[in-house]
Amino acid sequence: MNFKLIIDIAINLIRARLKQSIIAAVGVTFGIAMFITLLGFMNGLNNLLDGLMLNRTPHVRLYNEVKPSPDQPVLISKEYKNNINFIQSIKPKDRGREIYNSKAIINILKQDKRVIDVAPKVTAPVFFNTGSIEITGVVNGIDVPAEEHLFKVSDYIIEGNVFDLSNENNTIIIGKGLAEKMLVKIGDVIKITTIKGGLVSLKVVGVMQIGIAEIDNTMSYTSLRTAQMLLGESASYITDIQVKLTDVLMAPEVAKEYQEKFKIDVIDAQTANSQFETGSKVRSIISYAVGITLLIVAGFGIYNILNMMIYEKMDSIAILKATGFSGNDVKWVFISLSLIIGIVGGLFGLLFGFGISNIIDIIPFETASLPTIKTYPIDYKITYYVIGFTFAVCTTTIAGLFPALKASKIDPVEIIRGK
Amino acid sequence: MPKKVLETININKYFYDPVKFRVLSDINMSINEGEFVSVVGKSGCGKSTLLYILSTMDTAYEGELLINNVNLTKKTDKDLAIVRNEHIGFVFQFHYLLAEYNVLRNVMLPGIKLAKYPLKEIEHRAMEHLRTLDMADQALKSPNQLSGGQKQRVAIARALINDPIIIMGDEPTGNLDKKNSDMVFDIFNNLVKERNQALLIVTHDPDFAARTHRTIEMADGKIIS
Repeated sequence: MNFKLIIDIAINLIRARLKQSIIAAVGVTFGIAMFITLLGFMNGLNNLLDGLMLNRTPHVRLYNEVKPSPDQPVLISKEYKNNINFIQSIKPKDRGREIYNSKAIINILKQDKRVIDVAPKVTAPVFFNTGSIEITGVVNGIDVPAEEHLFKVSDYIIEGNVFDLSNENNTIIIGKGLAEKMLVKIGDVIKITTIKGGLVSLKVVGVMQIGIAEIDNTMSYTSLRTAQMLLGESASYITDIQVKLTDVLMAPEVAKEYQEKFKIDVIDAQTANSQFETGSKVRSIISYAVGITLLIVAGFGIYNILNMMIYEKMDSIAILKATGFSGNDVKWVFISLSLIIGIVGGLFGLLFGFGISNIIDIIPFETASLPTIKTYPIDYKITYYVIGFTFAVCTTTIAGLFPALKASKIDPVEIIRGK
Repeated sequence: MPKKVLETININKYFYDPVKFRVLSDINMSINEGEFVSVVGKSGCGKSTLLYILSTMDTAYEGELLINNVNLTKKTDKDLAIVRNEHIGFVFQFHYLLAEYNVLRNVMLPGIKLAKYPLKEIEHRAMEHLRTLDMADQALKSPNQLSGGQKQRVAIARALINDPIIIMGDEPTGNLDKKNSDMVFDIFNNLVKERNQALLIVTHDPDFAARTHRTIEMADGKIIS
């Protein structure tokens, strides 16, 4: 088949009906541009919100859960083995929150190829004293370089420097809400009471803001050593081991494996943040649905215009057939015609979509709760552009297919005799 | 003995709507190369119907059709399109030029489709045909800018581009005045003389028919002479 000639005929048909063809192409352009903008914007927001939680939570966390012992004495007893035992008012066992043999566990984890890095942590509930008032809060003792490597804590420090924690003992970085309540600034000394009753003075070296008020009102960071000292524990006292993996999707599987290996409670990011996953998924589905609807509407536009064009061009089709074009050739003329409209419209759509995304990307979006965000977030993932373009080409081909089949079946004799 | 370019064996055709009706009955005819044949008959006698069967565009018939000694009955749409493209030239009562293309391109189109020669050569041949038909100076005009007689000459040039063995016309002069009609006849006559191509022209015009080599007269779907 002579495709060059067929495409030449298609282009000439478009030129003869340029206005309508442009309108059809604009339909596709609009559909694609909206599809890309919508997905980019939606997923930009999704990533931002996910990042807010996910980037700060470890992929896998090892800790000791407060829970009752699974083996109650009566169940172990041989005497009552065949009875049905009801036990009421079970209380959790005090196993302490310390992870035993934490050093060895960390060493094994660090050798695992799937693990990017491991950060040990000590969390301790405390009271912050200001005047006669006690504010409940949490102290997170962190290994500063590891924590920075995994969670980029410095992003959330709005005053001071996170590395001052490790440079100087007895220092603390407190949440913005806490700092405002206690009216303290960098360099001030605050008093902290531990739940065991000890009183410690710590120097404030920074203020942080995560953007979630509840956390900013209670959270504080110290070095690992300071937190251990605060609790009167030794340098081996660790309550959490945080692990970041090369691929977050492996987390549930890895968590299960560690749980069996170390006989310790392990939670993965997916389980810990399941509600966020659901939210993102629903938002994605909505934006895909809207985008695809737009493209289908554009497809109907092309279908209409091609149908009209075929009625107008009956004579030309008859002539083409009489001079040696087969039904198949005529079909391909109209399919290429709609493909040209789809491809041109689609390419402009990609361009406009990128343009609109860029414009949204520079619109200021400043909110107190998100200190690291200055403009609306946009996701420029190439996948959206590929999906959008593929879908545009598919819809236009299908929209063109029916009129093209109709054109290929036109009987030239009927038209030539009909005059 | 001259070569047969077209032959029919017992061609029958029926119309089924509204009732079964025999349009053509047992048509047996043949045309040799270099022969100028006209088909005459009253309206509704089936002469146009016959022409469309001979042109391979209408395939709903019984019997056999041979063009260039090849049996075309039961060939596929695609094969028939190739036969039309290569061996048959058409001239219709109405001009049927493609408004999207200029005159030259219209003439070239079947040639480009056949792709026997490179584009340059096709263009050259198209210009030659237009020159013989005295249309060379109109080559770059759009078909809408031409008069009826001029359009018909362009259509003839288009029919000639692939050097078909037979040229068929469905009342090619039916829409033209006496002067243009004579001109078209002279063109056809020259074709037969100079190129030895066969011509099969359906016409209403008794003067036109009288000047051809042979006249086939039809009535009620039969060849009567």
